[in-house]
Amino acid sequence: MTEAKLARLSDAQPGERFRIAKINIEGTMKRRLLDLGFVPGCEVTVLQKSPLGDPTAYRVSHTTIALRKEESDHIYGERIDNE
Amino acid sequence: MNKREYTIALAGNPNTGKSTLFNVLTGLRQHTGNWPGKTVVHAEGFFTYKNEEYRIIDLPGTYSLYSNSADEEVARDFIIFSKPDVTLVVLDATALERNLNLALQVLEMTDRVIICLNLMDEAKKKGIVIDIANLSKKLGVPVVPLAARNKEGIEELLETVARMVHGEINTTPLVVSYSRAIEEKIAKLLPLVKEVVGEEYPARWVALRLLDGDTSLLHALQHHPHHFLKEGATYACHCAKSV
Ligand SMILES: Nc1nc2c(ncn2[C@@H]2O[C@H](COP(=O)(O)OP(=O)(O)OP(=O)(O)O)[C@@H](O)[C@H]2O)c(=O)[nH]1
Ligand SMILES: [Mg+2]
Repeated sequence: MTEAKLARLSDAQPGERFRIAKINIEGTMKRRLLDLGFVPGCEVTVLQKSPLGDPTAYRVSHTTIALRKEESDHIYGERIDNE
Repeated sequence: MNKREYTIALAGNPNTGKSTLFNVLTGLRQHTGNWPGKTVVHAEGFFTYKNEEYRIIDLPGTYSLYSNSADEEVARDFIIFSKPDVTLVVLDATALERNLNLALQVLEMTDRVIICLNLMDEAKKKGIVIDIANLSKKLGVPVVPLAARNKEGIEELLETVARMVHGEINTTPLVVSYSRAIEEKIAKLLPLVKEVVGEEYPARWVALRLLDGDTSLLHALQHHPHHFLKEGATYACHCAKSV
């Protein structure tokens, strides 16, 4: 899949499932996202947005983690269709 | 007769039952406050097992020891500078994959580690079966199953701790291997790191942190002048940049 076709995690909506393809940033923020479990190949479920739209809660690797948009903006992947 | 007190550190991801285990082990014999200069809670307690005294420190729950939040620095610095006799890494048995990240990081820092597989009751309910002997073999350190809230597994854990502090357990912590390019750089740095830090710190781990440009660690090293000369840290950093 080419990068142009990848979606941003920050654009996924509550209820949607998403598979991470890459983290498009280097340094401390990348390290932090990986440590939180946002690892390429992993599946993420969008749980809910806070009332103001930011942060958003995600289910990843059996744990709920909230990310701010400035963090989820760097996570790219594809939406998984519910069959 | 010379009696000494052994130090036990409790590390693990958030919400894995560290404080629950801490309370089971210490009862009410605990003291809380803040870590010096940080807004991070410090909880320390004491217990006696088979006539020996233990001090136990409940470290902040973290997913990593590298991302450099105040919590992570406290946990990392305690393991590296205070050199506990045993570090208990408490894992959530229902989310092993996620929890092993921190366990592997701790295994790079010290070989005095016991893995506590907590929430075994929950894992059982969910039908999760863990091959404990195999996990222990792969990680190279003891793995003890626990359900801390139900006080299950505590006796086996205490016995394992006692044997470890008495040097009766030989561990062979899993060594994570990195890409060839990184391994070559580690190999170049290792002699330099050993020259500067001697046997005081885990050389491979320090080399990796230097290659990662971990300025927070360098800062911490420079503020522990009794262990690590200021010039030494700067020198090692310089070398890391040039490899
Ligand atoms: N089912 C079950 N629940 C447990 C067990 N151990 C702890 N808990 C529960 O898990 C939750 C978290 O426990 P804590 O001891 O606060 O976890 P912690 O690791 O100290 O959490 P942080 O300090 O936030 O990192 C609590 O609701 C505990 O009652 C266990 O063995 N089984
Ligand atoms: Mg706690």
